[in-house]
Amino acid sequence: MVTTLRPKSGPTRRYHFPEFHDAVLPSGIRLVTAPVKKLPLATVLVIVDAGSVNEPRGKEGIASLTAAGLLEGTSQLDGADLAEKFEQLGTSLESGADWDSAFVKITTLSDKLEEATRLLGEVISSPVFPEREIERLKAERLAEILQLETEPRGLADEKFSEFLYSPESRYSRPDEGSTESVSALSREDVDQFYRSNYRSGATTVIVAGDVTPERARAMVLGAFQKWPAGSAQKPELTATARTNSRRVHIVHKPEASQSELRVGHVGLPRRHPDFFPTMVMNAVLGGLFGSRINLNLREVHGYTYGASSYYDWRRGAGPFVVSTAVESEVTSPALTEILLEIDRIRSEKISDEELSLARDYLEGVFPIRYETTAAIAAALAIQVIHDLPADYYDTYRKNIRNVSTEAVLEAATTHLHPPQLQTVIVGDAKMIQGSLTDPKFGDLIVHNA
Amino acid sequence: MGLHGGQFTTMRIPIEIFQLDNGLFVTLSEDHTAPIVAVNLWYHVGSANERSGRTGFAHLFEHMLFQGSAHVGSNEHFELIQRAGGTLNGSTWLERTNYFETVPSNELALALWLEADRMGELLPAMTQEKLDTQRDVVKNERRWAVDNQPYGTMLEKMQELVFPPSHPFQHSLIGSMEDLTAASLDDVAQFFSTYYTPDNAVLSIAGDFDAAEARRLVSEYFRPIPRGKGKPPLPPMSLPPVFGKQLREVVHDDVSLPRLFKAFRSPVFGSEKYYAASVASAILGLRKGSRLHRSLVRERQIAADASAFTFDLAKGTDLLVIDVTARPETGSTQLEEEVEREIDLLYREGVTEPEVKRAIALIETDLVVSLQSAGERADRLSMFATYFNRPELINEQADRYREVTAERVNALVSERFGQDNRASLLYVPKEGVESERALAAAASAD
Repeated sequence: MVTTLRPKSGPTRRYHFPEFHDAVLPSGIRLVTAPVKKLPLATVLVIVDAGSVNEPRGKEGIASLTAAGLLEGTSQLDGADLAEKFEQLGTSLESGADWDSAFVKITTLSDKLEEATRLLGEVISSPVFPEREIERLKAERLAEILQLETEPRGLADEKFSEFLYSPESRYSRPDEGSTESVSALSREDVDQFYRSNYRSGATTVIVAGDVTPERARAMVLGAFQKWPAGSAQKPELTATARTNSRRVHIVHKPEASQSELRVGHVGLPRRHPDFFPTMVMNAVLGGLFGSRINLNLREVHGYTYGASSYYDWRRGAGPFVVSTAVESEVTSPALTEILLEIDRIRSEKISDEELSLARDYLEGVFPIRYETTAAIAAALAIQVIHDLPADYYDTYRKNIRNVSTEAVLEAATTHLHPPQLQTVIVGDAKMIQGSLTDPKFGDLIVHNA
Repeated sequence: MGLHGGQFTTMRIPIEIFQLDNGLFVTLSEDHTAPIVAVNLWYHVGSANERSGRTGFAHLFEHMLFQGSAHVGSNEHFELIQRAGGTLNGSTWLERTNYFETVPSNELALALWLEADRMGELLPAMTQEKLDTQRDVVKNERRWAVDNQPYGTMLEKMQELVFPPSHPFQHSLIGSMEDLTAASLDDVAQFFSTYYTPDNAVLSIAGDFDAAEARRLVSEYFRPIPRGKGKPPLPPMSLPPVFGKQLREVVHDDVSLPRLFKAFRSPVFGSEKYYAASVASAILGLRKGSRLHRSLVRERQIAADASAFTFDLAKGTDLLVIDVTARPETGSTQLEEEVEREIDLLYREGVTEPEVKRAIALIETDLVVSLQSAGERADRLSMFATYFNRPELINEQADRYREVTAERVNALVSERFGQDNRASLLYVPKEGVESERALAAAASAD
């Protein structure tokens, strides 16, 4: 027989987020270095204020296209040669753009770091954006958009954004652009976007791994000599809701065996002062396996493989979303349970056990999140993008620990808005719409995909 | 203390092994860079061990292992680990099932105790109600990951196409709805007592712990669990090196773009020839400098995406798979022809030394990247111990890859890439709406 006695925790061992050095180079580039002596590896992550929110109206998709285009050739090397050079060094190379920034990232063995960083500097400082490759990248994005039409998860996310935000908000349109906007982009647009946004004052280089601050500084000074001066452009951003009354949108997918559900409303910007209580509240509501929504939908009812809720934290107010996929015939009862859980967390304090589960998890899991050089670099990028205080990661666990059941209730009543909930369902309208006419769900609108 | 061994070429992670009298094989690997520890348990049972009419059972069973045991309530395993600040999950594959936790290092005892309680005393906690709920959850997992997802049937269609009927790898891993419905509590009990025994498992612990303390805890919690009564042998697994004919299946499905999966029988994971096959796969389809990406995506622009990978099966035969998605204006016939042409070219002319170097450099970096996480280290230790009784193989992988030459890759290519060893699984959009959409998009892309 296995011993029936549950073991007690041992004494806690201290953990610090890796110490990092933060400086502005003479060129105006910000350099953040986190030396981590564990394995002979390093990640270099360059972030630039050149995300989707920086795009001019009508040019949606230009931020991603520009970031992808960086890897397609420089004045010295064409795209195929570039890929070959990085890969002969065993270096992984990736670029992209999200709402708030564009990035280029390499991870490499540390004995190849100088050479790989020099190439990275070339990629980002002297791209030529060849017409043929830009047209190819556009066609690849159009193929991806076409794939979404048969991919219920991606389609549900995209339609949710569209129905959630007012049409003036950049957030209402796909971050990588639509068929219409991408088709209209040109090589000149890419060049223009690059020249107006990729500047030293908008750029941070993050180096994490087996490297000293001195070595990182020398490398980055050498690699970014040709970087144009200039400050970041701070775009005006609207993140208002399309409507303040409940609606249910069914996006018709004939014969779908499941309904892909998104329920939510406009959330909060990342720098909101209630960030910590809101995060703990969400952990209890739908952020953990043991959260109310997952246990209810999955373990009590068996409606789904999984259900969760999250805040998409951006500089502007990103969405608050409950996300799940349920068997078609239980769509209406599943939606009812989600709405009940949102009401319930607003109506009474969570229990002490629920609070301690969420707090202990978020506090305890902290060191597990930063095992890799890429994860440490990503954490530092979040700190830079949202201009969080220098001691943000050192005080994170204390801030979590200070959240009380009262603060969670306060966050739920202040920041969850049941009357404004928008529901998007990608599923078989013929099968499910009859069960969704109850006015409690809101006005029902059926769309043919 | 870090894991540096000076030169990268001599990098080794430390490994200790021991075995309990009941047969449980244990591997330990210390690293004190962060106060976290990973516990990882491999049971040497997967969908290959299922009897006919019970497909999907190994995976359904994995769900049941989170439904409580003698001293742990339903879902309490999840709660206790998350409350401790840990992460956890389990997964099922053709040849094995694994369970894993990464926790703050002061919670090692909890993770070990939970694993021991369910290895030793799962059955007292099993009820029909729990089985019914998890059956529904798994059916929804099937709908979510397989039936309602474009190309989601790839794994089961591929297994069916490339393995002969009655071969243990031939049937679906997640299982059919009918078989899931038929699974009973008796099946649960029988499967548990046959396969979830200490002598059919490997336990690995990696990260921040004291070896003496870990040995004491493992011994206290796992020693009382009795050895199993042995498991039925798998039917013969071995297969000829090639299919012996061309295999082809076309699936008309709710997808937007044609996508071709091309499979080859390939040397089993861990064998000497496996490393040459793995390098061949990287030359063909790892990253943007690979042949397929360069040729089909960049130069000829007929594909939206191209990659290649191996299944890493350790018994019978492995599979090397090429995966190419067409651009909207590329028809499925053209897609097949262009991919065939690339394979013919490889078969005819072989690979070059720089291609081999590129592949090995990328694989080496990926190996080191994977060793950063305690959970990955523990998982690989369990894997090498389960398949080969040699956890120290984790430290030999970079050397094994570095020994691969163009000559060895070319020998492998001549043996495995001929016309007699190609299987095509081709997805094409269902007639009607999708193809019209594809044409419209192709037109607007001009």
